[in-house]
Amino acid sequence: MVDPTPVPPVAPAGAPVPAPDLAPGTVPGPLPGTQPGPTPPDPAAALSLRGLWKRFGEKIAVAGIDLDVPAGSFYGLVGPNGAGKTTTLSMATGLLRPDAGSAHVHGTDLWADPAAGKRQLGVLPDGVRLFDRLTGAQLVTYAGLLRGMDRDTVAERTGELLAALDLAKDANTFVVDYSAGMTKKIALATALIHAPRTLVLDEPFEAVDPVSAANIRDILAGYVASGGTVVVSSHVMDLVQRMCDHVAVVAGGHVLAAGTVDAVRGDQSLEDRFVDLVGGRQSTEGLAWLRSS
Amino acid sequence: MVAQFVRLKLTLMGNTFRRSVWQTIGFLVGALYGLFVVGMLVVGMVVLGTDDPVLAGSIMILVGSLAVLGWWVIPLFAFGVDATLDPQRFVLFGIPQRRLLAGLAVAGVVSIPGIVTALAALGVSFAWWRTPLAVLAALVGAVLAVALCVVGSRATTTALAPLLESRRYREVVTIAAFVPLVLVGPAFAWVGSQLGGGPVDGDAVRGMVTRLAEIAAWTPFGAPWGLGAAVHDGAWGLALVRLVVTLVTLAVAWVVWDKALARALVTPPTAGAGGRAKGLGFFSRFPATPTGAVAARTATYWLRDPRYSGSIAVVPLIPVVLLVVGGGAGSEIFLALAPFTAWILGFSISADIAYDHTAFALHVSTGVSGRADRWGRALPVLVAGGLVSLVFAVVSVAVAGRWDTLPALLGLTVGTLLVATGVSSATSARLLYPVAKPGDSPFKQPQGAAMATFVAQSVAMLLVLALSIPFLVPGLVAILADLPAVGWVTLVVGAAVGVVVLILGVRWGARAYDRRAPELLQKVMSAA
Repeated sequence: MVDPTPVPPVAPAGAPVPAPDLAPGTVPGPLPGTQPGPTPPDPAAALSLRGLWKRFGEKIAVAGIDLDVPAGSFYGLVGPNGAGKTTTLSMATGLLRPDAGSAHVHGTDLWADPAAGKRQLGVLPDGVRLFDRLTGAQLVTYAGLLRGMDRDTVAERTGELLAALDLAKDANTFVVDYSAGMTKKIALATALIHAPRTLVLDEPFEAVDPVSAANIRDILAGYVASGGTVVVSSHVMDLVQRMCDHVAVVAGGHVLAAGTVDAVRGDQSLEDRFVDLVGGRQSTEGLAWLRSS
Repeated sequence: MVAQFVRLKLTLMGNTFRRSVWQTIGFLVGALYGLFVVGMLVVGMVVLGTDDPVLAGSIMILVGSLAVLGWWVIPLFAFGVDATLDPQRFVLFGIPQRRLLAGLAVAGVVSIPGIVTALAALGVSFAWWRTPLAVLAALVGAVLAVALCVVGSRATTTALAPLLESRRYREVVTIAAFVPLVLVGPAFAWVGSQLGGGPVDGDAVRGMVTRLAEIAAWTPFGAPWGLGAAVHDGAWGLALVRLVVTLVTLAVAWVVWDKALARALVTPPTAGAGGRAKGLGFFSRFPATPTGAVAARTATYWLRDPRYSGSIAVVPLIPVVLLVVGGGAGSEIFLALAPFTAWILGFSISADIAYDHTAFALHVSTGVSGRADRWGRALPVLVAGGLVSLVFAVVSVAVAGRWDTLPALLGLTVGTLLVATGVSSATSARLLYPVAKPGDSPFKQPQGAAMATFVAQSVAMLLVLALSIPFLVPGLVAILADLPAVGWVTLVVGAAVGVVVLILGVRWGARAYDRRAPELLQKVMSAA
């Protein structure tokens, strides 16, 4: 789904998106999502994905995703489990080479020039370990130094990040002994240290306590207000509706709808709209034996 | 309930085949190997039993004792090796304790080590085929012995689980476990030398084995294995005593397991207090560049991750091993100390990315250059390993009193360290094989990884050997033929070849890394 910067009024399911009910086996070639002729990547967008495609063995995880994340937007990526969110974000951040398609970061072709593309990105991947034998402060320092930053800046920002994320007193604790939420927060710090133009966060609020989550939301909101771009994936519709200004609904490796949150949800709540788009709601008549009376 | 547990275990085993062809092949190779060993053992014992039943009985008792002991003790070191039926996973099902215990016990036999032990125990019972009654007794003993293995191992692991849950303790135990492992070889050499040089006295050995077996048969480990022998000798009283020892041990182990499990089921594992460190450590001492950062991280891991520090713990033992194997300080074997150490250390980074596991994603997402990644991993090994092996070189020359060999030895050491590091830097960006995951025991080999590991390591070792020939040949000539002049040649050639291989290896590895970093990440993720 292409999203020219003057935001279009409505972008619901349909239009140039490949039919979502396309059976995986019948897909003809690697680039089926481009029937009307490929739109060129948008150089003004923070992230511009075209025809991203990835298959693992027999499973097609992402089947031709087109997406434009306008610079300065707070973009939510929502979808059911196994929709291809993580795969898409991995391909958009240089962690997973797509079978076909391209990803542009502020006009730079990420897979043609990974170094230039990655410099502008801060990434919080989901489901990967950290170098957990380092302390929290060491890990954030490590990320900063890997980015080629100088020692003083790294030291200053590490301190500030740990304080902002409420990890200051655990700065010298080994990450292996952190709780799940603390681990998420320290990983977020490693993604922020080099002040990237665009942040891509896969499930950033998972296991994070409500207070820290509110702090993180404030940090991200401030970052967007100052011109940065944030892409988050999440299961929590409520959160996305409150926090994000743009949203894309992904299911079965396709984009079902994309645009501003208000345009996508119409007069429904985002959650209801999501369920309408994705389907799969069961009628509650079954499981009669589960009713206790 | 028991049948359900066995079915669950079989399903779990079957499912590992679906994950990859290599795992299936690895499993089949392992199974065939196990069957082969069991077959040889059974045939050997039957032949021996026909010929010399007393000796056969003694050997059965000794080897059997070791097997039971192994079952009891090894899981304490190689924790988490088989957690498929961790009792914690059944906590929420509310299974009556008695049934849970029975199910877990029987399912414990359904594993490769369990099946191999059971087959071997039952098979060797037929060493007494000339006296059917002894066969019967031995079969009973075999069943009891297998039960003892499984129940005893569950008892020790469950009872000590609270200790094993502490990360600190696990790490200490793990590193400590390397010491006896390394010393097994020299211990055998020592026993060999104690049995007298020259032709081995068959009777003396036989006498010693029988005496040892008589003692072992009184212990809980050896008693079940001695049933057949006692019945064969017609010593009914002895057989009864051994049976009682076995049954009592089994009962005690069962009760301990029962009690420990009851406690474990209501006290879920806790992480315990976290470790702390002061300041930034190496990160504030190494240069503030990507290369320096990778080096600082690598150095930190060498000290803190048991998978690395285990190999550091081995280094001081190398001279001990070589002294014993060489039979004294004067032998040429002891001179191999420094090159051998250099080789081990240079080789130790050959699985570095696999050791990072998915944490490697940080390197990929930050876009670290291959140059920084490769040099950062190689430099700590070169500096620390270089120091250690140079000290070893001087010490070994001094101890052996062969100062004339110093130049040759230095050439061999420097050359080996540089070549091995260079080859490791190149191959580790190309040949990834699954290794123990972060936090796992270093002894825990990932299932079915044997083949991939073997191929990758053989390729790397052959490369090191081939590239070392230019200084290996003059070095050996200089030392063995007493030609100090050739020693100086070795030093020059070793240093030159080493530097060239190191630079080319790192450069090649860096290029491969730059091209394939995302693929490398996918590979470690798929091994997750």
